[in-house]
Order: sequence, then C-alpha cells, then structure tokens
Amino acid sequence: MDALQAQHVSKRYTNHTALDDVSLNIPEHTIFGLLGPNGAGKTTLIRIINQIINKDEGEILIFGEKLKPSHIEIIGYLPEERGLYKKLKVGEQLLYLAQLKGLSGPDALARIKVWLEKFEIKDWWDKKVEDLSKGMAQKVQFISTVLHEPKLIILDEPFSGFDPVNAQLITEEILDLKKKGCTIIFSTHRMETVEDLCDHIALINRSKKILEGSKKQVKEQFKTNTFVVEHKGSFSLNGSYELLNQQPIEDSFFQSTIKMKDVKRPNELIQELIQLTEVHSFQEKVPSMSEIFISLVKGGINHE
Amino acid sequence: MNKIWLIIQREFMNRVMKKSFLIATIVVPLIFPAIIGLLVYIEKQSEKNSKKEIIHYVDESGTFTPDTAKFLFKNFSGSLDDAKKAYDASDDFGLLYVPKYELSKPAGITLYTKVNPSLEDVSGLERIFESQIKERKMVKLNIDQKILDSLKTDVSVSTVNLTDDGKEKSSNTGLLSGIGMAGGILMYMFIFIYGAQIMQGIIEEKTSKVVEVIVSSVRPFQLMMGKIIGLASVGLLQFLIWMILMSTLTFGVLGYFGIDPPQKQAMEQMQKSNPEAKEQLQKAAGNSATVKTINEVVNMPWGYILSVFLFYFLGGYLIYAALFAAVGSAVDSPAEAQQFMFPITIPLLISYMGLFMFILRDHDSTISIWLSIIPFTSPIAMMGRIGFGVPMWQLALSMILLVGGFVLTTWVAARIYRVGILMSGTKVNYKVLAKWFMQKG
Repeated sequence: MDALQAQHVSKRYTNHTALDDVSLNIPEHTIFGLLGPNGAGKTTLIRIINQIINKDEGEILIFGEKLKPSHIEIIGYLPEERGLYKKLKVGEQLLYLAQLKGLSGPDALARIKVWLEKFEIKDWWDKKVEDLSKGMAQKVQFISTVLHEPKLIILDEPFSGFDPVNAQLITEEILDLKKKGCTIIFSTHRMETVEDLCDHIALINRSKKILEGSKKQVKEQFKTNTFVVEHKGSFSLNGSYELLNQQPIEDSFFQSTIKMKDVKRPNELIQELIQLTEVHSFQEKVPSMSEIFISLVKGGINHE
Repeated sequence: MNKIWLIIQREFMNRVMKKSFLIATIVVPLIFPAIIGLLVYIEKQSEKNSKKEIIHYVDESGTFTPDTAKFLFKNFSGSLDDAKKAYDASDDFGLLYVPKYELSKPAGITLYTKVNPSLEDVSGLERIFESQIKERKMVKLNIDQKILDSLKTDVSVSTVNLTDDGKEKSSNTGLLSGIGMAGGILMYMFIFIYGAQIMQGIIEEKTSKVVEVIVSSVRPFQLMMGKIIGLASVGLLQFLIWMILMSTLTFGVLGYFGIDPPQKQAMEQMQKSNPEAKEQLQKAAGNSATVKTINEVVNMPWGYILSVFLFYFLGGYLIYAALFAAVGSAVDSPAEAQQFMFPITIPLLISYMGLFMFILRDHDSTISIWLSIIPFTSPIAMMGRIGFGVPMWQLALSMILLVGGFVLTTWVAARIYRVGILMSGTKVNYKVLAKWFMQKG
C-alpha cells in the first residue's frame, strides 16, 4: 500500500500557481526524496500534507484514507525553518509538543526519557533552548518530530545545521526508523543524501511534477549508453560507436568515454574493444542524481 | 478542544511563572497605597515636628493678643524702625506691624519678612486677626457667643437616587466618578498591556519559527484562541490578586493613620466615657464626612459593579486581543508593528479621552451613551457610567454589541493570522493584509 498518494493536487494564489496538478505515490517503508529547486512548490505540498494549508483541488490519501485532522497524529514534520520556544526548557518543550500531537502526559514523559538517553543528552532536561547551540537545538527538534512515533515522517532539509558526527547519528536514526516500518519523505537539495538514502524520488519544478520513480528506474531512464574504458594504447572508433573523449592517464594508458549510438548490449562494445586495445576497466557511466536534477531543471528553463 | 486547553495551560504557565508577572502582581498594588501612606506619613510627621516660626511684633493698637497655635510671637516695645533693626539682626521669620486701626476698616497691618511667606502663613495670620476683630465687634454690639452659635446652621445636600422600583439609595457623585475613572483607566491599561503581550508572543513564535511546528499539530485558529484565552486568564488572575491586595492594604494603611472604618470608630466611642469623651465626640463629628464616605464605599453595589467590570474587561480585552494578534502575525518585529497599531490605538484613545471629557462630566449625555454602546469604545466608556446606574436596555445593547464585535474582530483577525504566521520576510501593508484576508484556506 502507498503511505501517501497525491492525486491531481493544485494550489493557486492570486498571482501564481504553487502546485499544478501534482500526482505522487509514496510507497510504504521507503525513503522518498522530494526534490526540486527553491520555490518549486515542495514546501506548499508538504504544508498541504501537514494540513497547515488547504489544497484547492485534488485529493491526498494517507494509507488509503482521505486526509483528515486525526492524521496529524501519525505524521511527524521537521520544517526547514527550525524553531523551538527559546525560553522553554527542553523537557517542558518536548512534553508540550508531544501532547499537541496527541500523546498523553505520562506516555510522552516516558518516551522523552528514552530519546534523551539515546542521544546522551539526559542532563539537558532543565536547560532552556536559548542556552543550547544550534546543533543541540536541532537534536531536540528531531526528537520532537519523531516522539509520537509517526508512521509518516516528513523531513525538510534534515541535515542543515548538523556537524558530520551528528549528521551521521541522525542518518542512523532515519535508517532505523525505516527498518521499524516508517515511511520517510525527504525534501532536500543535497543530492549526495538522495544518492545515499533515498529509494524513490520525485522532482518538482515550477509547480509541476516532472519526474517520479525508484532511484534505479530514474537512472535507467536517464542513462545515455555511455561507457568509460581504461585501456593501454590509443585507438579510434567509428560506425555505431562514438568516441566522445580520449585522454592519456599515465605511461601508455588512456581513458576513453564511448557512446553507443544504436541500442546494443555492452558486451558487443567489449568485443569490439578487445580487438582494438588492451582493456583494463570497463564501466557504464550512470548519471548521478545531481546531473539528472540539473539537466531537468535547466532543460525546463530552456524550453521557454 | 483538548488542544486549545493545552495551549491555554502552556500560555498561562509561561506568563505566570515569569518573574516579571510576580513583580508586577505584587508590586503594583503595593505602590499606590505605599505612595498614599508615605505622603500622609510625611505630612503628619512634618506637622508634628515643625518648629513654630517666630514673629516679632510691634503693636501700636494695643489690641493684639498673640495666638500661639501656629506662630511664636515676640513683643517688641519700641518704634517700628528699631524693631526692623532688631529683626534684621535676628534669624526669625518675620516682623508684624499692627498700627492703630478701625474695627470697621482695618488697614495697615503689615508683615515684614526676609523670604517670601507662604500663602498658608499669610492666611493663618489673617485668620488670627479676623477672629480677634470679630470677637471685639461682638463685644461692641453686645452679641452673646451662644446666640451667634445658634444662628449657625449646617446644611449639606444629600443626593438620593430613586430607582425604578421606588427604592431610594443615597449616592455620592464624587465617589461614583472615582469608581468610573479608576475602572476606565484600569480597563485602558489592561487592554493595552495584555494586547501588547499577545502581539509580542505571536511575533516571538513567528520569528523563532516554532509556529510551523505548532500549526502542523493544531489549527492556526486554535493556536490564536488558545493564546488569547490563556492570556485572559492570566489577566483575570492578576486583577483578582490586585483587588485582594489593594483592598487589604488600603484598609490597613487607612487604619494605621487613624482613619478607621466606621464600626471600629463607633466601638472606640463606646469605650471612652472619661472627660476626653467630649473632645473625642467633637473629633468624630469632624470626621463624619469621612465616616459617611466610608459607609458609602462599603454600601456600593460592588457585586454588580465588579461583575459588569469583569464582563467588559473580558469583552474589551477579547475584541482588541484578536486585532493585536492579527498585527503580530503580519509583522516580523515589534518595530514593524507600529504602523498597524495606529488604527487599533485610535478607538482606545477616543474612549479614554471621552471618559474624561464627556462621561465623567455628564454620564447621561448623548455622546456618553453612544460611547458606552459602540463596541470599540464601550469597555472603557461603560466603566465611567456604571456606578451612576445605566438603564437596562443600554447595558444589554452594549453587551450584545460587544460580543458581536468580538466575534467579528476574531473572525477577521483569524483570517489574517492563518496566512500571516507563515509569511516571514514579506513587506506588509494594508493591501497585503486585505489580500491575506480574502485568500482561501
């Protein structure tokens, strides 16, 4: 079952359209990357899912049910613009936020203790948030997001403000949550995170969804039948192959980038190459998420 | 509903646990009685301790009998010029020259001083002469003091209100004005202070970005109402504590300086049957105005006034709090809020000025009545009128309009608030506010 389905969702303001007929399927137990440049409409979509604002058209289904107020309790949301009450103590703060999410007082208290222990920050209970460093406050905020054990977790740029050690800690927690059966929506610009963590992605650009699928599918879709070969001695190619680039590495070794014009199997290229040179390595050049992102977003601009 | 309750609790605790709340709650009611007490104390002390001024006098009329109640008089027998020299050499207060004068037209009485004498000193001297001349005139005209006393009649007009059911109740215009003024000022202060706090709180939530987390758990309207109601309960608590502290302290201070509540005074009268009793009785008679006032204070319909006050306090606070909330949601800093404060402040200022210019002067004039009925001015204006008695239909109309006004401002404010809290870094003007107001969910 899909954790979340968006069907033809639109949101219009007086002067612009924030979302235009966006449909998405976010499968359960996955980490889903919601990508897009600034101002594409990601935050609008996230706010609609969190029922902070209403959609104009379309339907959102959470685990097959139409979006309703009680869904708040199974969604955890970490906004891009982090914020906590500065004057409130860490313990009181977490308790308050958890109760707003529908947890009972004693339940919330027990869970806060577990999390504070897990992050080794038990002695922060009585500290005011304004006395914490940015990274420390981020930890507290992350706890507040997952405290009510949401089944759907929405993280907007979760790693901004974390040092590498804490980013690693949070990454582990996210993977752990996925293992426990949570579905996680990542909204981010950081393509390395997407590369490392996401199973599925969708790309939103200019209010429209322009790409969606599993990471593998997407890469398959965007591969250009280009291969990188390391070989001894130079050669030239013609016919159905195009030698895009050939550069010496060291001694008589070269690296060549070859594109297959007609769709053929890689083995055919290898056979061809063996006759021409001594092949030391052969690898298909798969586009990185970053390359796909840039080509699509830029392409979108070029069209107009 | 449950979540609004959580927000109310949180807001209440946040404010009440602050040191500033504790200080304001304890200190403010202490300040007023303390100031009054201090002034009375200083006056009493200075009366007790002050040295009597020494006045030299040259009496050519041969009729001046020194009255030593206020001054110490030193007779100088000799010419005025000699007296002046002697006075110049001394450190004393003044030199009084009493020439021969006619009883019917006393002239030429002169006080020489080195510094300008106070009005009080001069009139004190004048009174001494006036009473002495009066006595001499009475002797001359063969009038007995007793006859004169019997001529003197003390009249005071007591004001009595006839209520609809024919009952009479005595009223004290001064006291009622005092209540009206105090109630009006209190209301004005409360609305401003608590309204500003609402705004402050919302700006804080907005700038600290916590608001997005909160509105992902509760509806913006719930958050706004929770904050408004939470703060209202803080205001009520503070008001209650003030009332209790102030009344206790005021009675305490008054008691300490011998202005006793009536019952205690009566009891003291009973106990004293010795020769001093007569003097005591006279003193009591002199105090009777105070006793009467205190009686009237005790007999005011406090329950009625307080419950009306509480209604208007809540209504007035709510009608403005919603507007303050909308302003807070629209801006990123208190400085930016200034431009939107203006239209909120105007009706408050109008009602405040109206209170002094119209209502306390004539509580039943047309403008007073209208000010106390229009929702934005009624909370302050009605306070000015309530002690004097307000016709039922006016009170009812005013209350209904106030509730209606509150519903209206809250509806308008909520529509701006839900959009505003999520918009930071936007340049906001009235056009933008109107756009937000029109915007659908």
